[in-house]
Parts: sequence; C-alpha cells; structure tokens
Amino acid sequence: MEDKTFTISVYSENNVGLLNRISGIFLKRHINILSLNVSESEIENVSRFIIVVDTTEKWVQNIVGQIEKQIEVIKAFYHTDEETIYLENALFKIQSSLLFDEKQIQNIIKESQSTIVTVSRDFFVISKSGRRSEIEELYAKFKPYGIMQFVRSGRISVSKEKMEISSLLEALN
Amino acid sequence: MKISGAEAVIRCLLAEGVDLVYGYPGGAIMPVYDELYKFQDQLHHVLVRHEQGATHAAQGYARATGKVGVAIATSGPGATNLVTGIADAQIDSTPMVCITGQVGKHLLGSDAFQETDIIGISTPVTKWNYQITEASEIPEIIAKAFYIARSGRPGPVLIDITKNAQFDEFEFSYEKCTGIRSYNPVPKLKLDKVAEAAALINNAKKPFIVFGQGIILGQAEEQLKAFIEKSGVPAGWTILGLSALPTDHPLNVGMLGMHGNYGPNMLTNECDVLIALGMRFDDRVTGKLATYAKQAKVIHFEIDPAEIDKNVKTEVAVLGDVKEALNAILPLIEKRSHDSWHNEFKELYKIEVESVINEELNPTNGKGISMGETMEMINKHSKGDAIIVSDVGQHQMFACRYAKFNSTKSNITSGGLGTMGFALPAAIGAKMGRPDREVVAIIGDGGFQMTIQELGTIFQTQVPVKIVILNNEFLGMVRQWQELFFDNRYASTKMINPNFVAIAEGYHIKSKKVTQREDLDAAVAEMMASKDSYFLEVMVEKENNVFPMIPTGACVSEIRLS
Ligand SMILES: Cc1ncc(C[n+]2csc(CCOP(=O)(O)OP(=O)(O)O)c2C)c(N)n1
Repeated sequence: MEDKTFTISVYSENNVGLLNRISGIFLKRHINILSLNVSESEIENVSRFIIVVDTTEKWVQNIVGQIEKQIEVIKAFYHTDEETIYLENALFKIQSSLLFDEKQIQNIIKESQSTIVTVSRDFFVISKSGRRSEIEELYAKFKPYGIMQFVRSGRISVSKEKMEISSLLEALN
Repeated sequence: MKISGAEAVIRCLLAEGVDLVYGYPGGAIMPVYDELYKFQDQLHHVLVRHEQGATHAAQGYARATGKVGVAIATSGPGATNLVTGIADAQIDSTPMVCITGQVGKHLLGSDAFQETDIIGISTPVTKWNYQITEASEIPEIIAKAFYIARSGRPGPVLIDITKNAQFDEFEFSYEKCTGIRSYNPVPKLKLDKVAEAAALINNAKKPFIVFGQGIILGQAEEQLKAFIEKSGVPAGWTILGLSALPTDHPLNVGMLGMHGNYGPNMLTNECDVLIALGMRFDDRVTGKLATYAKQAKVIHFEIDPAEIDKNVKTEVAVLGDVKEALNAILPLIEKRSHDSWHNEFKELYKIEVESVINEELNPTNGKGISMGETMEMINKHSKGDAIIVSDVGQHQMFACRYAKFNSTKSNITSGGLGTMGFALPAAIGAKMGRPDREVVAIIGDGGFQMTIQELGTIFQTQVPVKIVILNNEFLGMVRQWQELFFDNRYASTKMINPNFVAIAEGYHIKSKKVTQREDLDAAVAEMMASKDSYFLEVMVEKENNVFPMIPTGACVSEIRLS
C-alpha cells in the first residue's frame, strides 16, 4: 500500500491530558504528524482535533481505531484530501518600507487575495488562507524582498460528506 | 456529612466492594494510610515489600477472582515502581485500579520533593488515568475508574491524588458509574454477522478454533464448550486462554504459538476457516504474518474494535460480548464431528509425543530432572485442581505446556509483557483472592530474584502459597536462544545463585531442596499436603531446551521439533 495524505478528525471531551494520549499513539508507531490543530467544534464542550499524516490506509485505519479506544474520544474519522475542504492560515511579517518602495509588493498582495492585517512604522503583516501550495507560492514571491517572520497554522478542514457526530451524540445523551 | 478526601477514598473503595488492597506507604499518601488504619476491620491492606509487588499481587488477585485488583503507592519513586505492573496489566487486559499520592496542588510542576509526572509516565500504559486536585472530585473519579477498569476490554486505571485533596473536607456522597458518553465498552452485537459466521462454519471442511483470554474475561467458558461440542471444531488456545477449557477435553488440541503444540501450529496453515474467539493475534501466536493462515477465511469474535484487522485480515468480524455472541451462534450451528480433520491433529500429536514429550516427561537415564516431569509431578498431586502461577522463561513454557487444569481462571502468567518477577507476588494475590484453592507458583532462579523480597510479605501475612523454583543456574530461556541463534555464546546468562533454601528459611518458610529424581515425588507430596506456605527448590537439567519452537519471524508451520 502506498502512502497518502490523510486528515484525521477526532471529536473528544475537552479534558486535560488527552493530547498526550493521542500524540502517544503516533509516537508509538513512529509516525510523524505533519500538522495538528485543536479547537472547539460545532458541538458545545466538544473539542475537535485535526491531524494530518502521510501514511497507508491500513495504518490510518489502525490509528483511528486506537484513537477511538481512548476513553474521552467520542468519535474519530479519517479522510483523504479529495473528501475534504481544507486550508491553512499563514502570516507574513515584512518590512514596511517595502510596501512603499516596491510597487510589485502591492500587486502580489492583490493577486494572491491575501489581506493586510496591520501596518506599523517598521513592519506590516499579511494574512493568507488557502491550500498549502497557494501559501508556498506566495512565500516564494515575497522571499526575494525579505520576510522578517513567517508562520503557518495546522490544517483545518471540514468533510464534504456529513459527519454523523451530532446524531451520535444525541443517541448517547 | 463532611469528610476528608482521604476518608472518601476508603469509602469509595468500600462502595465498590473492595475488601483487600496491596500497597506501600509514603509521605504523599499518608492521609489515606491513616484512614486505612481506622478502617482496617473493613478494608484489609497488605504491605508488600516493593510497589511492583503490589501491582503483581493486585493482578494475581484480579486474574484469580475476576474482580478489580487495587494497588496503592506514594508519589515519586512509589508511583514509578508501579509502572511495570501497570504495563503488564494493560497488555494482558487485567482490571486494576492504582491509587498514587501526589504532592500538594500548589507544588505541582515545581520539581518538589518526590514529585513525578506519573500521569505523563503512565499514559501509554493505562486504559485511563486522572489527576485529582480537589477533594470533591474523588467520588466521581473513583467511580469512573472502577467502571473503566472492569468494563469492556478490562485494563489498568491510575488515579493520582494531590495531598491537599486528601486533607480537604467536603460533603460526601457516592454513586456508582454506569456509563460515560465517550466510551462504549461493549459494541452491540450484529446478528447478521453472527449468521454470516455460522454459514461459514457450517460449510467449512477444516474449521479450527483459537481461543484466548476473552473467553475467561467474558465468562463464556460454558458457551465455548457448548459451541465446540456442537460444531465438532478442534480448539487450540493462546497462553492466556489456557484453563478456559479443561485440559482433558477431547476437542482441546493444545497451545498455539512460539512454544505451542505441533498440531495446532502446523494446521493453522491448513484450516479453511479460522475462528478466533477473544484473542488478538499476538505476534507470539502468529509468527510471520505474511504467511499466517493465508488459506483460511478468518472469523474474529472480539470486544475491542481496534483489534479487528489490526494484524490479521478478517472475513467476518463479530464485534461484541463473546458470551452473547456464542449464545447467539449456537442455535445456528449444525452438529458435526469432523473426524478425519481431528485425526490430522492426532497424527501430529503422536509425532510431538515421540520426538519431544516422551523425552521431556521421562528423561533417559543419566539426565537431570526435567522441568516437564516436575510439572507432571505437580499434576499428579494437584489432580489438576490447583491455580498455577508461572513466571517468565523456559519454566513458564513448560508450566503452560504441561500443567493440567480442570477449571477456569487457573492459569496465571504474564503473557503479553513477559515480566520476570511476576509470579511470586501474583501468587500471593491469587491465593488471597481464592483462599479455597491451592496456589502453586512456578518460578525460575532468575525471575525469583527479581521479586524475592515478597517472601517477606508471605511470612508477614502467612498466606499459604506454594513456591517451586526450577533452578537450572541459567537465565534459561535466553541461554536457549544463545545456543540456537547466537552460536552458544552464553553472554551473561550463567547464574551463580545463593542458598535459596536458607533465604526462604530466613523468612520462616518451610523449605526443601531436591536434587535427585527419586526424591521429587515425596517432596511435591509434602508440599501439596502442607497447610502453610512451602518453598521447594528443584535442581533441574541445566541446558534443557523448550521444544517445539517457532523461531522469531518464521512461519507457524516452520515449527521445529528439535
Ligand atoms: C524484567 C525482565 N527482564 C528481562 C527479561 C528477558 N528474559 C526473558 S526469559 C529470561 C530468562 C529467565 O530465566 P529464569 O528466570 O532463570 O527462568 P528459566 O528460563 O531458566 O526457566 C530473561 C532474562 C524479561 N522477560 N523480563
């Protein structure tokens, strides 16, 4: 079986220590997490983990099984890229003088549909949401001018298909 | 009524039906010990000699009784000493609750005296763990702990309680836990899967059952027997499934795996339908996965969804409670006898008897006492009624291969983790849990010295366990591997041993050492007749090997007879 990118979604109780348990499952199997995002979900008091890994379908099935087994995990799913809508968020911090001296910079901002978050005397900050490739493309464009700081978030995603989590919770409650 | 957190801990244990706990005191758990003192009429505390002993004793208790074992320790070194036993319980699905003391909440994370992150340390080896920092959390969390430990696929739970939470007072009330929203311990049985499984079994020419500890944990021994007898399917067992079916049952074809019997291993790669009941295809059982039962359609009866297709791809997965599943499948099964298929097992058993078993049980003249004949002698005097607790090594394989069992929950051994030092404390727990039964520990000279201090617990509590040391003056199992796979280079496996009898006598335990075959019978008879604990050292052949054997990474049908 070949490696593919999978997005694992975990719905869980919002408890201390669960991140440790979940990351341990990847650690034990020596699988590198490419990106990790934890936040509130659409359901009150339920957290959602979004974990991106490159691995085989058999392994991802195994891992999801092990994750679901954790007491505080309500349900875990995995999806391929084709089955989800996903994006990442990036911030670029760039020297302010460039905004005025380099005409091209303004064009890059416009064309990439990124937004200026803030401008100060010394620097300005651009935010860009999109797929990894779009962010990387933008990075390449800014690079020659000098990037003071760059940061990218973990992947966030929603599935194209309905996730049966709400009805599941209703049945449990 | 307002009570302290420490008193609440005791009241919670009592509410869960606990009457016996194993432990070792220390600073961070002293409030709980103070309450143990007050409640000693209702809750018996056994002082072990090392916290590892507390976990193994709790495990032995749990395995012999089916109840939850409880171990208590202080923070820091007390807590870390529990880890081996917790890991052992986790991999062998043993229900256990461990309670550790912790430094006060205001000191957490400050590297305080005897502070250790036991939640972090125990996370990978517990079914669940939780740190209590407020007294008022105690009832709910302990109720959850017992529910999680004993339900579904059982396992160990660790509860860490800060010292302030033990001292603080709160309004106490207790309610047992009956469910947790994010935890579904027993998947609902799907009757269409049961029907699919039944159809496969009814059409099979060479069906084969492999059963594991799930049968014992699910209390499905009667159902297993009925299922085997109606379907006529031969059944082999994993090391933890041993004793779920009486050894003498005519459809019992023996042990699977690395040192299992010849027939069941060979015929795993011949059967057309493989019915796995409450077992998880451990690599010691399957050998090389790529060649394991490839010709067979696999039906997996299992409570833990994460085990389905983990190692072996199944044709039909019957998820749920194994007892319920067997009850459901029984009426759908056609009565069969599969005589010629049985004969294949019998033929292979004959080969094993001639090439291995005869020599092991009746060694040719000039050879020292064998481990196998010692087990036979124990069978003779126990009549198959004893609980046999074995440690880890060659003697364990001989014990599991040759011990006879009439009833369930009688074989207690460290299967998944293979923890040397397990047997002595586990035997203490087993005997305390089942005082009505004879408990015999079978231990190697190596493993004995890993928890030898528990002789002190035996002496202090007067628990009448029988201890048999099979002394080959080697770390035998490792020596065997060195002989077979490392060109006889015996690196650090020779043991220069102390006078074990003198040590046991130092603990005031009746002792005997046997070096001659002709003395074995009388010594075992004396041990079994003793009302008190008894220590028997048997000097056995030094360089004996356990066969059959499937070398690591080999295929089950490449099993070697010599
Ligand atoms: C705690 C621990 N350390 C090391 C091992 C590796 N090991 C497995 S069997 C064995 C030898 C056991 O020797 P002994 O207790 O004398 O029993 P024998 O094999 O001779 O019957 C060793 C060292 C282990 N299983 N557990």
